[in-house]
Amino acid sequence: MTWEPVIGLEIHVQLKTRTKMFCRCPVGFGAAPNTQTCPVCLGFPGALPVPNRTAIEWVVKLGLALGCEIAPRAVFARKNYFYPDLPKGYQISQYDLPSCIDGNVIVPLPDGEHAVGIVRAHLEEDAAKNVHVGGRTGRIGGAEYTLVDYNRGGTPLVEIVTAPDIHSAEEAKRFLQLLRQTIVELGISDAEMEKGTLRVDANVSVRPAGSDELRTRCEIKNMNSFTHIARGIEAEVERQIAVWESGGEVEQHTYDFDVATGTLTPRRAKEEADDYRYFPEPDLVPVEPPEDIVDRLRSELPELPAQRIGRIGETLDHERALVLVTGGLDPLWEATVAAGADGVAASNVIANQLVGAGVDPGAVAANELAKLVEARDRIPRSAFDEAIGRVGEPGFSAEPYVAQEVVSDTAALEPVVDAILAANPGQVEQYRGGKDGLLGFFVGQVMKETKGQADPRAVNELVRAKLAG
Amino acid sequence: MTAGVDTLRLTAEDALGLVERGEVSAEELHGAYLDAIGERDPELHAFLRTVDEPEGSSIPIALKDVISTRGVETTAGSKILSGYVPVFDATVAARCKAAGLTLLGKTNTDEFAMGSSTENSAFGPSRNPWDPSRVPGGSGGGTAAAVSGGLAPWGLGSDTGGSIKQPSALCGNVGLRPTYGTVSRYGVVAFASSLDQIGPVAKTVRDVALLYRIVSGRDPCDSTTVELPAPVELPTAERLDGLRIGVPRQAVALEAIEPGVRSAFEAVLALAEELGAHVDECDLPLSFEYGLPCYYLIAPAEASSNLARYDGVRYGPRSEGETYRDAVERTRDDGFGAEPKRRIMLGTYALSAGYYDAYYGQAQKVRTLIVREHATAFESFDVLATPTSPTVAFPIGDKAADPLAMYACDLLTIPSCLAGLPGLSVPCGLSEGLPVGLQLVGPQFAENALFRAGHALERALGLDLVPERLRT
Amino acid sequence: MAITKDQVLHVARLARLDLSEAEVEQLTGELGAILDAVSKVSELDLADVPPTSHPLDLVNSWAEDEPHDSLPLEDVLRNAPASERDMFRVPPTA
Repeated sequence: MTWEPVIGLEIHVQLKTRTKMFCRCPVGFGAAPNTQTCPVCLGFPGALPVPNRTAIEWVVKLGLALGCEIAPRAVFARKNYFYPDLPKGYQISQYDLPSCIDGNVIVPLPDGEHAVGIVRAHLEEDAAKNVHVGGRTGRIGGAEYTLVDYNRGGTPLVEIVTAPDIHSAEEAKRFLQLLRQTIVELGISDAEMEKGTLRVDANVSVRPAGSDELRTRCEIKNMNSFTHIARGIEAEVERQIAVWESGGEVEQHTYDFDVATGTLTPRRAKEEADDYRYFPEPDLVPVEPPEDIVDRLRSELPELPAQRIGRIGETLDHERALVLVTGGLDPLWEATVAAGADGVAASNVIANQLVGAGVDPGAVAANELAKLVEARDRIPRSAFDEAIGRVGEPGFSAEPYVAQEVVSDTAALEPVVDAILAANPGQVEQYRGGKDGLLGFFVGQVMKETKGQADPRAVNELVRAKLAG
Repeated sequence: MTAGVDTLRLTAEDALGLVERGEVSAEELHGAYLDAIGERDPELHAFLRTVDEPEGSSIPIALKDVISTRGVETTAGSKILSGYVPVFDATVAARCKAAGLTLLGKTNTDEFAMGSSTENSAFGPSRNPWDPSRVPGGSGGGTAAAVSGGLAPWGLGSDTGGSIKQPSALCGNVGLRPTYGTVSRYGVVAFASSLDQIGPVAKTVRDVALLYRIVSGRDPCDSTTVELPAPVELPTAERLDGLRIGVPRQAVALEAIEPGVRSAFEAVLALAEELGAHVDECDLPLSFEYGLPCYYLIAPAEASSNLARYDGVRYGPRSEGETYRDAVERTRDDGFGAEPKRRIMLGTYALSAGYYDAYYGQAQKVRTLIVREHATAFESFDVLATPTSPTVAFPIGDKAADPLAMYACDLLTIPSCLAGLPGLSVPCGLSEGLPVGLQLVGPQFAENALFRAGHALERALGLDLVPERLRT
Repeated sequence: MAITKDQVLHVARLARLDLSEAEVEQLTGELGAILDAVSKVSELDLADVPPTSHPLDLVNSWAEDEPHDSLPLEDVLRNAPASERDMFRVPPTA
């Protein structure tokens, strides 16, 4: 029996507005506890919420970028429950009339494109921060008491819910990379998982390949990077398949995934199911985005990552296009190609060497980079590496680097090779005795002797010939 | 007693005149009211606390203890807010301050504004100045008793289902429940958000209009408020020519209306006709039959959510517990009185899974019908008239053990509250020596029309509004 | 429309009220009577009637994304029953 994973994602994006969702306290990191609070976000008696216009505009922007229908009438709703980080005893969110519905994101895969449905995107306020004190490791189990800092409480969040249209961990990862890049390019959030400005939970189930049933799903939470998410999904898929194949039934649970050990730990089941008693927020009137505003926002959308992957993928290939676009590298690539570089070569250099050297793509002069790409095989490796490391500096010129030719002239190299072989008779004998790996040693020695100026391929051929003969 | 200051008779307009003309200073005036409070409040218990030093340069005002006053304890009549001192002013309190009014004190209220008699206050009931063995009405019985007892020239109350209008009727003064959205709720302890409104209580319609002018208008801190479409006018006309008064058949047919209240009501309608008004019957078939059940689903539901913040974490007394949940549960059980608990339970149930559609959902639809019925009535009438309360003030303890009997006090005030409409209660006579109030309801933003009608009737009636037992 | 004791206990849990036995008894009776009275709303067939959440016909009420001054810390904590290190202290959640 082959199985197909069925995955849906729930994503929370923290908007980088200046103020909170329902009050004008500043949003920001690192402030001393409870210094970015007011009666509203503290839930003092009589306090009332006032929505942030920018947050409302940005959720519309995001909805448009995700191909959603923008609700002509969106209504805030109260989600009622008790927890120390929820000062009012309810969270203001959106329930049956969210801001955006029915969108989709096209994810490029090796075997073609695949559409992932966006069920909804809505606005809500973030909870405050609980600090559990005492007990082991400061985690919630066995804590002596809890301290509450309301600075974060009230920060605007957009919650995005996908349809269960994702069918592999790899697809989930690509979807998230694409989504993240889109959010960053819209300028509405930094969307960084390590900082908590992007949070992802996965809902996972499996089904027999080819069927369209939906079996019981489990939720995985607390994953801190896209790679962790992919691994967590894989682990859970494996676990569920094992359950079904052993004749058992998957039961609904929530798990935490520990990427270090690869283990899924079920969370303690709650005493009773939550009944959030959603009802329309009486302190807030509905949002009916004016058509001219929506039209303006739609016309202001830049060419989005998904579109660029499609376009660049035509000339390059979808895999490389995905890497470039989700890394924010395609503007540089396009400029470098326009300056005459070969597409594939430029892609390799940018995505591998440039990123590896930590160079800021925005600081690079594309025509200089194009020269380096062209000269890559011609010039010494050391020269190329140094040039790449510095290509982001102001006023950088590729000239002095591309002028250095590797030495491939056999006449110049031969004496050096002879000298190395003569100096290492033991290794020569071992090589001739069958230890082929030592070839690399000899080549390395020649490179060192020539201070990296030799053409490694020519050296390789020469050494091989000398050792054979 | 300060010369020239008879606090039992002084209207706010009179008092403003005294201060403006320099005949009495703000301090002297404040002191005169504190003296009156010292004399009569031990019996009436209208105030929960008073402020000794006047801060403004104008006349004093009493504020219902659901209105946050910076630096002055605000309890909403509940133990769960005992000792709570707000660090900010409610917008209405700030607007009073900006107008120079000085805070005289915080008046008693049913706990969290839930009640019709002020007997639900955790700090003891207030008493009716006309007969201290009787209730002053509720939830704003404290403010009404203060005004009619000569302890404050005027005050602000809050009205959700009649909590301004009904006490004004029972105590014999004027109370306005404004059009929803014209007075800010920011800083006022919330009971039911889509129903709560803050409004003026005073001895005359002109005083009420004056105070409404001071506190009304859009507030950026309350996104459910709007600007008034027209400025507030102080009424002067003494006739009602051309005014079309509608009397809802289904309201006056209610058996609950006492005979004495009915006669006073009919008499004032006859007077209105003498003044040139046209009085006719109208039909609101559903509003008075379904208004009460509709209200007692919507209000507790919103309240159950609004009162979730009282958990002992950030303010108020806290009861001990081993876990957060224990502490919260005990704090709330210890701190809330019986009526808030009843309404929290009722409201939670009405919103809960499986019951939402039948209860809260259905009530929201009934509300739509009530809005429509009133809109239809206003196509043919300028104001609707009913008695404010079916009965005069009842003895303390009479209804306290029967929640449903207490809820029925609001039969006549509730429907227009659900529709967000303004309502003015004006004294219109006595029955068994106790005040009877006339409720005038208008369409949205019709306060000026209500003031005109109320003022003309007030002038024509010429009632002596000082409680008989207090007259000298 | 009677309400059972179990339902009362369930609602009390949702509402975080630690009711005494006597309170549960009393409330079971009172809520039953009140629910009887308010259930009257279900007499009406309102399938085609939209609900009213706000009495005013208002939409799009919001504020610009401009920061205001936050409360000074001493005001934030002024009424706190318990605090430590400038944070509100509560018993453990687990």
